[in-house]
Amino acid sequence: MRLAIVLAGVSFALNATARLYPSFKARLREKKFVAQISTRDSAKGRYFKFGDDRVVSKAGTHPKPDMEITFRTAELGFKLLTPPFNHGDFVNAMKNFNMEMSGPDDITLFFTNTISLMQTIRWKSGTKMPNGETRFVNNTNGGPLFVYVKDGKIVRMTPLDLDESDASSWEVKAQGKTFSPERKTTISPHGLASKSLVYSSKRLMYPMKRVDFDPNGERNPQNRGISGYERISWDEALDIVSGEIKRMKREHGHGAILCSHSSHHTWGNIGYYLSSMHRFMNAIGHTKMALNPDSWEGWYWGAMHHYGYSMRNGAAETYTRLEDCFEHCEMMVFWASDPETTSGSYAAFEATRRRMWAKELGIKMVHIDPYNNHTANFLGGKWIPVIPGTSPALAHAIAYVWMTEGLYDMDYVRDRTTGFAAFEAYILGTEDGVPKSPEWQAEETGVDAATVRALAREWGSKRTYLSAGGKGTTFGGANRSSTGTQWARAMVCLMAMQGLGKPGINFGNLQYCTPVDLNFYFPAYAEGGFSGDLEGTASAVQNYQRMPHLPSVNTVGQKIPRLRIPEALMDGETHGYPTNPKSIEGQFARFGYPAPGHSKVHMMYKYGGSHFGTTMESNRLAKAYRSPGLEFVVNQSIWNEGEAPFADVILPACTNFERDDIGEWAAAGGYSHHNQGQLNHRVIAMQHKCIEPLGESKSDFQIFLDLAKKLGLSAYFAEGKTELEWCQMQFLSSDLPKKISWSEFLKKGYYVVPHANEQQVPETSYKWYAEGKKKNVPEPHPLPAEYGESYLEGLQTQSGKIEFEASSLKRFDDPGRPPVNKYIPSWEGRQTTDLYTKYPLQLISPHPRYSFHTKADGKDSYLCDIEEHRVLVDGHYYWTARINRQDAEMRGIKKHHLIKLYNDRGAVVCAAIITDRIMPGVIHSYESSAEYKPIGIPGESVDIGGCVNVLTSKRHQTEKTSASAPNACLIQVEKWDFSSEIGSVAQENAS
Amino acid sequence: MNKWNLIIDIDKCHNCANCFIAAKDEYVGNEFSGYSAPQPLHGHAWIRIDEYERGTYPAVQTSFVPKMCNHCDDAPCKKVGGDAVQKRADGIVLIDPVKAKGREDIAKSCPYGAIFWNDELQIPQHWTFDAHLLDQGWKEPRCAQVCPTGAITALKTTDQDMETRAAAEDLRPINRNLQTKPRVYYKNLDSIEKCFIAGRVIHQKNNVSECFENADITLKNKEGEVVSSTQSDVYGDFRFDGLDPESGEYEIIIDAKSSGVKSVKTVLGESLHLGTISLD
Ligand code: SF4
Ligand code: SF4
Repeated sequence: MRLAIVLAGVSFALNATARLYPSFKARLREKKFVAQISTRDSAKGRYFKFGDDRVVSKAGTHPKPDMEITFRTAELGFKLLTPPFNHGDFVNAMKNFNMEMSGPDDITLFFTNTISLMQTIRWKSGTKMPNGETRFVNNTNGGPLFVYVKDGKIVRMTPLDLDESDASSWEVKAQGKTFSPERKTTISPHGLASKSLVYSSKRLMYPMKRVDFDPNGERNPQNRGISGYERISWDEALDIVSGEIKRMKREHGHGAILCSHSSHHTWGNIGYYLSSMHRFMNAIGHTKMALNPDSWEGWYWGAMHHYGYSMRNGAAETYTRLEDCFEHCEMMVFWASDPETTSGSYAAFEATRRRMWAKELGIKMVHIDPYNNHTANFLGGKWIPVIPGTSPALAHAIAYVWMTEGLYDMDYVRDRTTGFAAFEAYILGTEDGVPKSPEWQAEETGVDAATVRALAREWGSKRTYLSAGGKGTTFGGANRSSTGTQWARAMVCLMAMQGLGKPGINFGNLQYCTPVDLNFYFPAYAEGGFSGDLEGTASAVQNYQRMPHLPSVNTVGQKIPRLRIPEALMDGETHGYPTNPKSIEGQFARFGYPAPGHSKVHMMYKYGGSHFGTTMESNRLAKAYRSPGLEFVVNQSIWNEGEAPFADVILPACTNFERDDIGEWAAAGGYSHHNQGQLNHRVIAMQHKCIEPLGESKSDFQIFLDLAKKLGLSAYFAEGKTELEWCQMQFLSSDLPKKISWSEFLKKGYYVVPHANEQQVPETSYKWYAEGKKKNVPEPHPLPAEYGESYLEGLQTQSGKIEFEASSLKRFDDPGRPPVNKYIPSWEGRQTTDLYTKYPLQLISPHPRYSFHTKADGKDSYLCDIEEHRVLVDGHYYWTARINRQDAEMRGIKKHHLIKLYNDRGAVVCAAIITDRIMPGVIHSYESSAEYKPIGIPGESVDIGGCVNVLTSKRHQTEKTSASAPNACLIQVEKWDFSSEIGSVAQENAS
Repeated sequence: MNKWNLIIDIDKCHNCANCFIAAKDEYVGNEFSGYSAPQPLHGHAWIRIDEYERGTYPAVQTSFVPKMCNHCDDAPCKKVGGDAVQKRADGIVLIDPVKAKGREDIAKSCPYGAIFWNDELQIPQHWTFDAHLLDQGWKEPRCAQVCPTGAITALKTTDQDMETRAAAEDLRPINRNLQTKPRVYYKNLDSIEKCFIAGRVIHQKNNVSECFENADITLKNKEGEVVSSTQSDVYGDFRFDGLDPESGEYEIIIDAKSSGVKSVKTVLGESLHLGTISLD
């Protein structure tokens, strides 16, 4: 009886909503069908006739309903259908087959979405402004934004000015002063340029098919990247793609579909690749692209062996406190570290003011980098240019000075480390007869011995923060070189000698240090949104228990290392070493492709098009795209760039400004646990759908849902929920409901988490370790089994201490990684004489300053007009490369001349920037160009797009790693002119 | 009467380009009638950032200077433009997008290169101080709001107060010779207008090379007058800044106490590094 009442209520509510909302009324007319809800024995039920202005419904059962929902019992039906709805109960009912839904996907999905629309249609987003604009909120890889919209068009985007309704800002007292951040959020240039990315002329506006691709006839894979495209309908596109998915499984079997994607996405937990894409790809089963830890390489494959932190890919703790730095630290050594460029990945310029304060307080600064980078130029201090790839030699010489002059913390070394004798024997040369003295390193590094001694003595006698890499705790160009593992290992050894964790002695550069409240929970993107992917995301850590949703599993065990996709496609076999953060040893488990008994890859589902810009020796990839064995390529992308024009079918996705999503600023989670420790204010944003998707583009969620419909998977994929409802689910799974109602959050668009009070702020990183206490910083790793003694006692290493001689490397034979860190000269550098004679310049290609990987580059964006980023020459915006004045004069190169950077691997044309900020013999050009524009046959001709990774080597740092080494790269540079035949082709292409 | 001024601290600008982008975001594709017509997507830099690199490897310092319409009180564009150019009571200069149609002469009139010609619309355009936003109650123009370092400050105050402040903090317009009474002031202009002489001192000690710290170093001009003095730091580095470009001959006297005295002569054109000076 009660179920009957509830069911009658459903039909009443549908018609009541239709009376209130004309759009809902129109929706009711959209589809003609009969839906029926009943108990499994049909004893009780009701059916609903759709297709008119109002739903006609009757008690009882219909002889031929188009769709049915059945409940095992009337009680269950009543419980599930009575508000407030509990999705967990639905999930449990589905998992136990106590509730079932049958019927064609387009009808069931339409029905469930219509039911939920009764609620969501009442939801209101955004703040009305007096001038008729609506202020929405959104989030980017470079910070949150207010988005002002008028008449369906974005007017402007600004960082957030916080007001009285937002939580107060923290204050930190140190050195008799009070420090407090400005009451606003900062924004990176790639975030601020977002409007130009939305309205970019490079947007894909409708589905397309390569003109000479016929799924039922000639496929012409050799023409990928060459032929043009024709517009097709969504229906046709979805038919081809879903048809190919089925065909792959039918004709080739397990593993034939490869999913390849970038490591980043437009911001938002629901639309993120780890969310929608993982859920869909797991639902169809796919060969996985095994990501190498691009930005962490040296730390993951090297540093980790000395002190653990596998769950951070070998990065150090991120809990240093502002007070510790300001009260105790006397010097900061930035080594391969340019935080003003890399912004801690997502944290915009939140830490900039803090470093300005440090300078005002008189903390000395040293910058070790071949380039007088933006941080060095901005903060000043001592710049020590070092020849690329030789930093470990410099580090060893510093250790040498400390050892010979007694400038290290002997008590700490005795009590808190192991293996020092072996390290000492190597450094002092008692082992090999070669003392690693300042004189020894001078020839290698280009740093004179006197400078090394001066630096070592300063460092050995002053409490020093080592800012290793941009985050201060990891990353850095030096870790992305052939000697990257050696450098990162050396960084840990140096800090161990100085007493890591003692007051004022730590890893860091004030990037992480604010007293934001890290105990307030909101899911980070690495938790996988609604993917339910317990294996492939950090979902299991927290969100899976907090947000009821179905799990998803990729049943295919086969994987291909990202940097070996070209070999897999062209040669049909390759191998790699995994990024497995569970343990220190996880990385040793070599895996091969193809996996035993699996199909090789014949279809690629490509998400975005970034890899030309980010894959070493990237011409390989262009060639691989044209392999005959690769039968089908679909690319789902927002912009027509990079790899998109190498696909057979292109699906146009929209930006995060055109769909509903939710996400917290800088909250990466996973490897970057508590990444919000960089921020001045934690901002959790409702990422409003600010405008309708442009053209025929759709959200990634919607595209996957549409494909899922064709595969009968839509109910499984979306669980009857829309993107907006999943946003609410994320909201409900967090600590937000204790502080703000859903409707207020949805309307206002953001919540500032109040900062922590003194007692809630964790102790400074490694203080626990230096003092021999139990681990007390709030990171949920290492995993319990990784402790050698009692839980929370010591580090993850076998001894529980910092190991100068790494136990883990003793059991694994990799010639490039001996247990005691040694200087092994680069396999491509000034020491490789033959190659160096031919290619006498070293290319370094750090992460870019204005764009974020390929995000915001190209795309006709505002960034095109920033001269340091791209320069307009003869109608084409060329990527820039920095060359030392002397090297330029020698070659007759002047400002903004087009220059050809080349070696045996390829050639790229860039616009020259002449500067004394780069050391002679080194070329500096950022990696991650979004554009790849070969002027002839793709993979075999000069690129004018700016993908300098065309020039870098695919070789791994050491034999038994999958570590990339783009900063070990020799090239030659010469003036480029368009007089040659190939040049005139380029000019035509450019214009 | 309070009027708008902009103060830009050159030493605080690290060329993030946010101010430049904000002036694109605000104006590209947007028409603010009575204030401005849409800015073209490419080519215009209503706020542009000029780069000044001083010195030679490895002593090098780059400064960045955001430049925009100065909203001059004695504006050449106003003289040329007549009633197509309006000087508001709050100090802001506006070029009327309707009345200025076809007026290439206005575009050419600005001695700072702050006016851009819009080919499509046939109008001269400049940065309006975001007057349309200020008139709606915004507290500052967008370039100030997006600046992460505090390099740009917008200040609405009396001319007298501004003058006092300018004198106290050595705030100056970008090009003093132009005499147009700009309302955009710069702090630390010396960072681009002056030059430096840098160098490094080393010596031999116990048969190895060492940096020489705390040498007394004196800079004399060609008349033999002491211009400045300093000490070498722990790396043996020293630097004399604030010198006039092309100011000719200088002598640098390095007094390394018991390790001896050394003198080096140089001719200053632009900032330079003397290289490493060995006391031995
Ligand atoms: S800077 Fe140029 S455009 Fe601006 S007011 Fe002065 S003269 Fe006119
Ligand atoms: S926003 Fe500020 S720091 Fe950035 S370029 Fe402009 S003035 Fe310089």
